Amino acid sequence: MGKIFRFYKDVDTDQIIASQYLLFPTIDEMKAHTFESLDADFASTVKPGDYVVADENFGCGSSREQAPSVLKALGVKAVVAKSFARIFYRNAINIGLPVIVCKDLYDNVEAGQEMELSMENGTITCEGKTYECTKLPAKMQAILDQGGLIASLDA
Amino acid sequence: MGMTMAEKIIALAAGKETAKAGDIETVTLDKLMSNDGTTHLTIDMYNKLKNPRIADVNKLVWIVDHNIPADCPKTAASHKKMRDFAKANGIRFYEGEGVCHQVMMENHVCPGDLIFGADSHTCAYGALGAFGTGVGCTDYLYAMVTGQSWLLVPETLRFNLKGKLPEGVYARDLILTIIGRIGANGANYKAMEFGGEGLATLSMSDRISVCNLCVEAGAKTALMEVDDIAMDYLKEHGREPKAIVKADEDAVYSAVYDIDLSEICPIVAKPHFVDNVVPAEESLGVKIDEAFLGSCNNGRIEDLRVGAKIIAGKKVADKVRFLVVPASRSVYLQAAEEGLLKIFIDAGAIVMNPNCSVCWGSCQGVIGEGETLISTGTRNFKGRAGHKDSFVYLASAATVTASAIAGEITTADRV
Repeated sequence: MGKIFRFYKDVDTDQIIASQYLLFPTIDEMKAHTFESLDADFASTVKPGDYVVADENFGCGSSREQAPSVLKALGVKAVVAKSFARIFYRNAINIGLPVIVCKDLYDNVEAGQEMELSMENGTITCEGKTYECTKLPAKMQAILDQGGLIASLDA
Repeated sequence: MGMTMAEKIIALAAGKETAKAGDIETVTLDKLMSNDGTTHLTIDMYNKLKNPRIADVNKLVWIVDHNIPADCPKTAASHKKMRDFAKANGIRFYEGEGVCHQVMMENHVCPGDLIFGADSHTCAYGALGAFGTGVGCTDYLYAMVTGQSWLLVPETLRFNLKGKLPEGVYARDLILTIIGRIGANGANYKAMEFGGEGLATLSMSDRISVCNLCVEAGAKTALMEVDDIAMDYLKEHGREPKAIVKADEDAVYSAVYDIDLSEICPIVAKPHFVDNVVPAEESLGVKIDEAFLGSCNNGRIEDLRVGAKIIAGKKVADKVRFLVVPASRSVYLQAAEEGLLKIFIDAGAIVMNPNCSVCWGSCQGVIGEGETLISTGTRNFKGRAGHKDSFVYLASAATVTASAIAGEITTADRV
């Protein structure tokens, strides 16, 4: 089980990691600033296995790959949203961070609740209820299964 | 069944006769642009590959534009990493030449190209009938190593333009109107294709402004029909098209919009979302601390001419900073030759070197807690221009310059 960190609609990648940190040498040096503008305590309280849950169009705006990378570096197990902006979605899969479309979860859960995602079944359980997720396209599932796109360059 | 412009360009890049929305195609990229926002991370990943290699170094263009000149030692280190790698591998490298998309339009983009840019505003290249799309550094690295990538062929929204923008109304007002109408994810995963008789009334500068901002509606790419205006621009810059594609009469669109340019009015996008648009008239009187004229969206010579004409003989309001940042070295030089820079400097503006400036909130010119900026930049997200608790309004060069004079949001006909 992991804890839910809940965010609203149209969360842009500037909120996930602001511009002033992008040129830091490594993702590890950036990650302490994740979601700084929306939840100053996020980086210090999120634990490996926790989840980010959001409304529509999560990750819109800048193509900065640092956005999914800092979430992954902090141990976020998956981002579950009603929908994703396309560049963030693609970047997340490419680095091996599961991004799951689930239309019903957001409106029925609260921040701080515990949930569990089963990638195999495509379901989420939270507070005794089960939610169906949209299956990833086969191409993207294959990239995720191999741990990200770079693995295919080293194959 | 007919094809859209996006389908035709992807078919070309996939070496196929046809491509259809919803299919996944393996494509060969024509060009690969990357800037200092992410290239240091791309290099780190490249160096960790078991067999690092570059498929075709002639397709790579690297541009330092976001934080140039460097603002701190960490930035300087990231720039040095990029500069050294480009030198060691013979990669075309620009530094201080301008904002990446303006540099690409002036020097590299050709009609029919399929271009990956490690920057979301790569969709600007549609102004020349090229399929530009923003990617992250992993996608970029994969394409750099293999020369190829995969693309989900997008559905297309078609925009038929008619009429002409009224005097004092600009391309920025047009695209903000469209984004307001379809919303921040109204074109998510889709292409936005522009044509119709009204297109001929838009200059190349206007067209770049429109295409550039399409990602703010979530678009994968933007595409405009290639006409004489586009071909003249291409010839002036000494390039030939790869292919001139036109949408088929029976192309299939997911939606078609008819836009009468004569009905557009000055628009302001209010904090903190680009689709939060209102007529500028409804934002009059909002006090500003800073105004910014520049960026890949509105830092071209045409924009500086608009601003200079409005501010000539007038002064920037007391306690207001007005940043003027040409989008490229060639724009900068031309603005100097035309006397525009002198007009801005005389008026009290701060004229800066070509870079992304405050549009991305990590350069000189960022705003502090509680401050308000009116900007021709690309985004007004929370904290986009500096402190997380600050406010950005987006508007045309005319509205931004007028507001710099008034010290509050106003339109050019009021100063």
